[in-house]
Amino acid sequence: MSAAEPLLDVSGLTKRFTDRHSVLDKLRRRPPAVLTALDGVDFQLRPGETLGVVGESGSGKSTLARCIVRLHEPDAGSVTFEGKDMLAAAGADLRALRRSIQMVFQDPYTSLNPRMRIGAAVAEPARVHGLIERGEEHDYATQLLERVGIRPETVRRYPHEFSGGQRQRIAIARSLAVKPRLLIADEAVSALDVSIQAQLLSLLEEIRRDLGLTMIFIAHQLAVISRLADRVAIMYLGRIVETGSTADVFANPRHPYTRALLEAHPRIDGTRVRKPAARAETPSPYSIPGGCRFHTRCPLAEDVCSRVDPPEVEVPSLRGGHLSACHVLPRMAQAPMPASVGDAGG
Amino acid sequence: MSAAGRKMPAHAELLDVRGLTIGFPAGEGLLLAADRIDFQVMAGQTVGLVGESGCGKSVTLRSLLGLVPYPGEVLSGEIRWLGEDLRSASKQRLAALRGREISMIFQDPTACLNPVFTVGDQITETLRKRAGLGRDDARRRAVELLDRVGVPSPERRLEAYPHQLSGGMRQRVMIAIAISTRPKLLLADEPTTALDVTIQEQILSLLMEFQQENGMAIVLVSHDLGVISETCDEVVVMYAGRRLEAGVREAVMGSPRHPYTRGLIQAMPSLEVSDEPPPVPIPGQPPNLADLPPGCPFAPRCEFTRPECRSVPMTLDADLAGHGSACPFVGVAA
Repeated sequence: MSAAEPLLDVSGLTKRFTDRHSVLDKLRRRPPAVLTALDGVDFQLRPGETLGVVGESGSGKSTLARCIVRLHEPDAGSVTFEGKDMLAAAGADLRALRRSIQMVFQDPYTSLNPRMRIGAAVAEPARVHGLIERGEEHDYATQLLERVGIRPETVRRYPHEFSGGQRQRIAIARSLAVKPRLLIADEAVSALDVSIQAQLLSLLEEIRRDLGLTMIFIAHQLAVISRLADRVAIMYLGRIVETGSTADVFANPRHPYTRALLEAHPRIDGTRVRKPAARAETPSPYSIPGGCRFHTRCPLAEDVCSRVDPPEVEVPSLRGGHLSACHVLPRMAQAPMPASVGDAGG
Repeated sequence: MSAAGRKMPAHAELLDVRGLTIGFPAGEGLLLAADRIDFQVMAGQTVGLVGESGCGKSVTLRSLLGLVPYPGEVLSGEIRWLGEDLRSASKQRLAALRGREISMIFQDPTACLNPVFTVGDQITETLRKRAGLGRDDARRRAVELLDRVGVPSPERRLEAYPHQLSGGMRQRVMIAIAISTRPKLLLADEPTTALDVTIQEQILSLLMEFQQENGMAIVLVSHDLGVISETCDEVVVMYAGRRLEAGVREAVMGSPRHPYTRGLIQAMPSLEVSDEPPPVPIPGQPPNLADLPPGCPFAPRCEFTRPECRSVPMTLDADLAGHGSACPFVGVAA
């Protein structure tokens, strides 16, 4: 463990969404359906570190981000930021904490007010939080927009005059306006074309280095996070199933789901052996399977997997802190990728 | 499975597209969503159209079945299906081809399935209308088809409405409908873009399996070079409505010639974790089709631009059978 205090400490974070109680269910005297979005998520983030959170739809990765900034109120667990309890904070304390944690969302078309000039949109949060005075907005916005590669003469334009990539730059400028310590990017580059995506990844990399930002970078594609993330957390149905340094996890995945994700990733060099990587589909978050949540799709599943929820165990790794919540793979001999999961399971 | 079941000789040319140009009115003039597109599709082959948003790949695909959205229209060029000119074909003729000899699947299966009819209604409708089956036969065949595309408990799923299925399941249903008549050609427009990567893998495998079984040809449109390179025999790289590079997959992906293709491949996020500096992304924005630069449309973003790029006409220097690039300066064979 590093000597540095964690900037962010998330422990046991759980969030359930309860459906409206339908008339039919009331008549049948059934409780309303409950969707489990987060089911006991733990991780720590050290200052300056970037955590990549990867998972498919329904894995809870966006809910995680929203619970950290309290856009959702978690049902259980704790979020500690710089030693302060995020979940107990209120009023001025909460405002200060929220200033320190900023988010960039997936869709730059809906996250910017269409009726606000981009300069005003970028400067507004800084004014609200008292970082700048009235009258300083123009200069402040110009500076920030230049920082993200938007030409200063465009500060009086409206969001619709910009392309998706440019809008995402503006959204990043806006998030930086309040000098955050932690930046959470929720699928921030997922909707963009490859060439624009690469530009934005470079920009985020630069900004992180120059400002010493700590980041949580959420994506549904493993490859997108490989450039930015020091560590990666793989989520499946509301839980982190594997975590470790990005290099360790990519080179030596120790959870069958991580393997499935890596194996399903199309490659352009033609080296991949095509085969169905994971059976069936992700089960509904309304009824998460008992035992290991991945056992219904796992090619390595054993008897125990359907009965016992596997605890996280540390697996040997080059950089340490590599954990996997699997009964089977961690105790098997190291099998470097792209070994066939099917063969190894025999 | 009447006429559609005919065996095609291997390497027979199904589709021949030449000089296809599609225009949309814009202000006073026209913008060209596709500009002199050529490609051929052989039986059993997969041809990929790849490019970023707005490059004209989807509208090119739709034009093949006369589905260019209004007010766009095909301005010039030829679309030949087994020698027959489809550009001048009647609406009735095109309607007869659609869903029988040529089927199409789209990115968003939710928008393509009717929300007020069950999955079973929609599959059997196709089977009864297109393949001429009776009610009971159609139902039996629908169960077989759903089973074939990997929908669990197919008999029960026939009664399901589209909203009761996941995105992956809906795409499977669309595929079941598309292949129900054993088409010779499947047009697939970003069929896996909305799906998770493990489901994408399953869907692509399924399409490849059908191709193996029935010798069906596929034209696949995707923005994902990885998907294209794992499924296609031949690849056409499009940009601003033009072909910038085309050829067999191994050549285009393995030794790309055009600076845009090279840039795209470099810009792809990679699974390699390395300490080396990441590749330089392609700078700038894709061009506005209404305001294209003269000469090469990629010139404003290209690191090798020279004055001639604005005046030299950019056409491929070899056809699909070879390995053509529209750049006369970079990547020229020695």
